[in-house]
Amino acid sequence: MVNTGTIIYEPGSSANNKTGSWRVFKPILDKEKCVMCENCYIFCPEGCIQEKNGKFEIDYDYCKGCLICERECPVKAIKAEREEK
Amino acid sequence: MCEIKVITGTSAAAEAAKLADVDVIAAYPITPQTTCVEKLAEFVSNGELDAEYIKVESEHSAMSACIGSSAAGARTFTATSSQGLALMHEVLFSAAGMRVPIVMMNANRALSSPINIWNDQQDSLAERDSGWIQIYAEDNQEVLDSVIQAFKIAENENVLLPVMVNLDGFILTHTVEPVTLPKQENVLEFIGTYEPKHAYLDPKKPITQGALGDPNYYMETKYAIEMAMKNAEKVIVDVHDEFKEKFKRGYGNGLIECYNLEKAETVIVAMGSICGTIKDVIDAKKKEGKEIGLLKIRCFRPLPIEMIKDALKNAKNIAVLDKSISLGMNKGIVYVDVVSSLKNKKTVNYIVGLGGRDITFEDILEIYTDVETSEDGKTIWLGLKE
Ligand code: SF4
Ligand code: SF4
Repeated sequence: MVNTGTIIYEPGSSANNKTGSWRVFKPILDKEKCVMCENCYIFCPEGCIQEKNGKFEIDYDYCKGCLICERECPVKAIKAEREEK
Repeated sequence: MCEIKVITGTSAAAEAAKLADVDVIAAYPITPQTTCVEKLAEFVSNGELDAEYIKVESEHSAMSACIGSSAAGARTFTATSSQGLALMHEVLFSAAGMRVPIVMMNANRALSSPINIWNDQQDSLAERDSGWIQIYAEDNQEVLDSVIQAFKIAENENVLLPVMVNLDGFILTHTVEPVTLPKQENVLEFIGTYEPKHAYLDPKKPITQGALGDPNYYMETKYAIEMAMKNAEKVIVDVHDEFKEKFKRGYGNGLIECYNLEKAETVIVAMGSICGTIKDVIDAKKKEGKEIGLLKIRCFRPLPIEMIKDALKNAKNIAVLDKSISLGMNKGIVYVDVVSSLKNKKTVNYIVGLGGRDITFEDILEIYTDVETSEDGKTIWLGLKE
């Protein structure tokens, strides 16, 4: 599973390393409430909030649950839920 | 064909690094290791050794530079002692985790406080769990031979772990003894060239080393070190056998050395230079018709516990000598490790020579007598003043 010395031989392979498993809280985005201000998009440290078909979406494969997005949203369109595993 | 020089233990280590044709040395001087890195600086400056000598401002930097150089694929050597080794503590774990085959000489010395520059083995034993292979030498010849072997062990593809060769501060570091220096061509033929397959710098093939290992990976990396330690047990024996065959010198089986163990019911377990004195006591007692024995541990990590158990199977009174103390448990570190696997054996722990206190021939005699009558599991601080 791990190379000797934890060496990573393949550039760009971090895309395969899904970091969403760290999450304790899961941000849920209410697309109806969202005013597309881009705050969450700008502040998300993982870059996992992306615009798709004119709406913002959270990529849970990489969301670590820091909830910065929830704090920054001016219209409270993002709510935190405990992650169910 | 060989050359015999009368040199100190630190010089023997430096000569061995030179014979191994190291590419990089990064070191900071600390008593009683200083003369080793001075000697190496001399070799580099007078052109006897073609290596990069990195002068650093601390041991933390020394080990960091060594990790960088070894990760780039260079054969790397450093030396330290006591507080210096303690200052490396953080990066020792990185070296083991990154699986870089650095070889380091450590001059065993007490840890502060009080400030004390003399010998005991607290420094390296406190780094027991860092993932470094640990070898302890009895005399200066063994220092030289162990450093040469260390490169071959560390660079073995089934091991790839850093190796620490320990010698007792002052007792070996500053004592001159005749040491046989093999020819460099024979040493290099023995070790081979280091051609790292797992880690080296190549701008055309960029790799990431020292990456974050989140909870998904961390346990596996530690387990991999444990498996490498297991492999190392066999590699150490093989390397030692090959060395013995080629250079006609050996130290037990490379992991442990048994001295008069077959007939002895009373046995001392010890590491390092004290084994010389113990052998003298055994020889003297043999002349009087008394059979006592020594189990010398040459390799403390990996600890060849099955071999130790087997070697001690006939022993009735086992004295474990410790030049270290696990404070709050009142036991030496070697004792705790060895005894944890021995069942139904009488063992007594002797804490000796802390901070450089002399351990004499008479002290060893006293231990052999004392252990026969002492109760099981006792700890005795030998010669403690009231
Ligand atoms: S919780 Fe943190 S990581 Fe997840 S989407 Fe919000 S800002 Fe990004
Ligand atoms: S911060 Fe809130 S309102 Fe702004 S884009 Fe994100 S979810 Fe929509």
